[in-house]
Amino acid sequence: GINLKPGNQPRHSTKALKQRFLKILPCCRPRLVPSLSEYSIEDEFEPSTVCHRPEGLEQLQGQTKFTKKELQVLYRGFKTECPSGVVNEETFKQIYSQFFPQGDSSMYAHFLFNAFDTDHNGSVSFENFVTGLSVILRGTIDDKLSWAFNLYDLNKDGCITREEMLDIMKSIYDMMGKYTYPTVREESPQEHVETFFQKMDKNRDGVVTIEEFIETCQKDENIMKSMQLFENVI
Amino acid sequence: MAAGVAAWLPFARAAAIGWMPVANCPMPLAPGDKNKKQDELIILNVSGRRFQTWKNTLERFPDTLLGSTEKEFFFHEESKEYFFDRDPDIFRNVLNFYRTGKLHYPRHECISAYDEELAFFGIIPEIIGDCCYEEYKDRKRENAERLMDDSDSENKAEGNLPSRTCRQTMWRAFENPHTSTLALVFYYVTGFFIAVSVITNVVETVPCGIGPGDVKDLPCGERYVVAFFCLDTACVMIFTVEYLLRLFAAPSRYRFMRSVMSIIDVVAIMPYYIGLVMTNNEDVSGAFVTLRVFRVFRIFKFSRHSQGLRILGYTLKSCASELGFLLFSLTMAIIIFATVMFYAEKGSTHSKFTSIPASFWYTIVTMTTLGYGDMVPKTIAGKIFGSICSLSGVLVIALPVPVIVSNFSRIYHQNQRADKRRAQKKARLARIKIAKTGNANAYLQIKRNGLMNEALELTDSGDKEQQQSLNKPGSAVARQHHHLLHCLERTTGLSYLLDDPLLSIRTSASTKNHELLDEPVYEQNCLEGSMQNCPSTHSPSLSSESGTTSTCCSRRSNKKSTHLPNSSVSAAHLRSMQELSTIHIQSGEQASFNTSRSSLNDKSEEGLRINCKSSQIATAIISIPTPPGTTPEGEHQPAIPNQSNTSMEAASCNIVKVSAL
Repeated sequence: GINLKPGNQPRHSTKALKQRFLKILPCCRPRLVPSLSEYSIEDEFEPSTVCHRPEGLEQLQGQTKFTKKELQVLYRGFKTECPSGVVNEETFKQIYSQFFPQGDSSMYAHFLFNAFDTDHNGSVSFENFVTGLSVILRGTIDDKLSWAFNLYDLNKDGCITREEMLDIMKSIYDMMGKYTYPTVREESPQEHVETFFQKMDKNRDGVVTIEEFIETCQKDENIMKSMQLFENVI
Repeated sequence: MAAGVAAWLPFARAAAIGWMPVANCPMPLAPGDKNKKQDELIILNVSGRRFQTWKNTLERFPDTLLGSTEKEFFFHEESKEYFFDRDPDIFRNVLNFYRTGKLHYPRHECISAYDEELAFFGIIPEIIGDCCYEEYKDRKRENAERLMDDSDSENKAEGNLPSRTCRQTMWRAFENPHTSTLALVFYYVTGFFIAVSVITNVVETVPCGIGPGDVKDLPCGERYVVAFFCLDTACVMIFTVEYLLRLFAAPSRYRFMRSVMSIIDVVAIMPYYIGLVMTNNEDVSGAFVTLRVFRVFRIFKFSRHSQGLRILGYTLKSCASELGFLLFSLTMAIIIFATVMFYAEKGSTHSKFTSIPASFWYTIVTMTTLGYGDMVPKTIAGKIFGSICSLSGVLVIALPVPVIVSNFSRIYHQNQRADKRRAQKKARLARIKIAKTGNANAYLQIKRNGLMNEALELTDSGDKEQQQSLNKPGSAVARQHHHLLHCLERTTGLSYLLDDPLLSIRTSASTKNHELLDEPVYEQNCLEGSMQNCPSTHSPSLSSESGTTSTCCSRRSNKKSTHLPNSSVSAAHLRSMQELSTIHIQSGEQASFNTSRSSLNDKSEEGLRINCKSSQIATAIISIPTPPGTTPEGEHQPAIPNQSNTSMEAASCNIVKVSAL
């Protein structure tokens, strides 16, 4: 579909051109990772100094809707898996892939990571983790729907385009893997996206805004029921 | 990486909220958590040493003793702790496995004691982390070899070898001279004749002095032609006979003919026959002389007699790349210096350096510090470059040689170890992969059981309880995980498939009818299946009754097709039916053992009956594709491997759950 994103300013194009020109000049090229000859075995044994400690228990209790015991259980699991206190994307993908052994869950895990990493610093700390979970598990329906919308909105510009939805859909289908019944067809994600847009895009402008999304979901009984599904997970 | 997975399951389930708005159909209900207690500390008392841990930690691996309800058997009421009468030192490693997800092998522990502890606690050794796995495997192999050596020598002492064909005995005699005296004699005789042949070839060329009627000094070979010819003939006779015998005895003649040793044999005896065939033509006698050179290859036949030669040959082969590199660098240096020397010596008169290839000889002799002196530079420039050449020769040759020598031993040993490791790794990864995909397997198993329940509802008369207990398979974690996968299936409208066309059988009307029809086949198949389980001790009694030597199974097939007139046989049949029913129960028990430990969590009283039924069901489902119209024998054949398939699958399910969650 055509990207009819509102607010596409013309100055974007000159900026892009400038960037492209600069990339050609070798001096302005971004510094590459040091060449292989400089990398030695000794570098591997340097202790990783990254060690993140979360805020105090009481603060977290105030910020999230979890009880003290729940936070304790969550932190214990988190810390066992990531002793340094933060999850980077690789570990995140690895953990998530344990649950879907038959398919490829890396794309969906990538989107999830971006949804949890609210400050966009490349790693998910315990606060990010617990804040996200608090919304999903203990938040109001509207909070949950907003969170889901935020997950789908890949570039965080306030609306979901067909391309973004297609990426999400493909990543979900990828998780099923190759051996399914009936076999996944090439067009399945696209068709699913069409169904979604037909349902959600009320004013037919090719994008789904958050208002449309929440409104449609609130009217749909199935979605409402399924949003409550995982409330007692912790 | 399996440790924290159960701990992250809540997160994965929460993240599934991303699928909800996208799904077109309603989601399945979440499994209820009836026993949702707060996490508690439990005390494990192992021979007096108390270990404490969270209950959740142990439940990470529900398919082990500590993770399942099996530990309830060890609960001590008076002290409210779990008491195990095992080694506390090794238990430390076992408990750390639950805590960190990695199993380590302590080097000072005895390998068999460690294995026993692992087996007791239901942990498969393949989980051992990479840091300790090699050590573990090495020790285990040493142990196994030692035990095997002991049993081997015992066997030899008893001398109870099964009867073999003549061909196999001969081959064994050829390969292992120590098996019988005849083989040993043969071994020494051939060795002697190889030595004789080689010495003959050498002595043939020694000048024997001037004989009567000769003008000049002749070599012995030309003086005593007949004697040498007889010796040669005798040797070649022996070698030919040996070669033909080996060819006859070889289990795979084609492979034998391609092997190196047989090629050496052929090359050793060919010149003689070619010499016999060829005439004394002047033109070909030159070629004939060349052929005689090949007789020296007889010396390679000694490699059958010497282990060391074989090892050397193998080592050279494995160091081929090193040697190749040395050769290449040498060639480069030779060409460079030869060129330089040629142009340096071009000016001088009567120079021996007539061309660059002629200079090669000088360069090689100088670089290897031989210095024959037949070619010497005369100009000053030539002398300068000549000295540079000899100095660099030391470097170019002397340096790589020790490197190659040390490479020999390192590569040789490493090769041995690398092959071992590769073989182990493949098997190990395969097993861990089975464990990883086992989650899906478990899920599919549940689905299968679920479908079975629906089928049973039509055919079964009652016993809702049985179905209920079949419905809840496994711990809370497993159930939640399966629910998660089920949600994903509903979201996309697809369902998981595992290379098994049977699973795609939905509960459509046609297949239901199919299953209905096969119900009478259930019983038969179960009995047949149970008969596969029955040990061989069963058959002799039956066969002795009827006087046939067939197995109990084929006798059963006879029962189906014809009526045996013998009345005593029918009594035996009755007895066999009784025995079969008892075996049926036994196989049911066996099946219950095979199913995963987490099923022990179902504290059902009708465990025995249920598992029997499930084994029935399992057998029946697999044998659906076999049309009932086939001959009874034919029915047996698919049943046999499929039975092992189910037990293997069940067993793999068993293995599965250890590391997957």
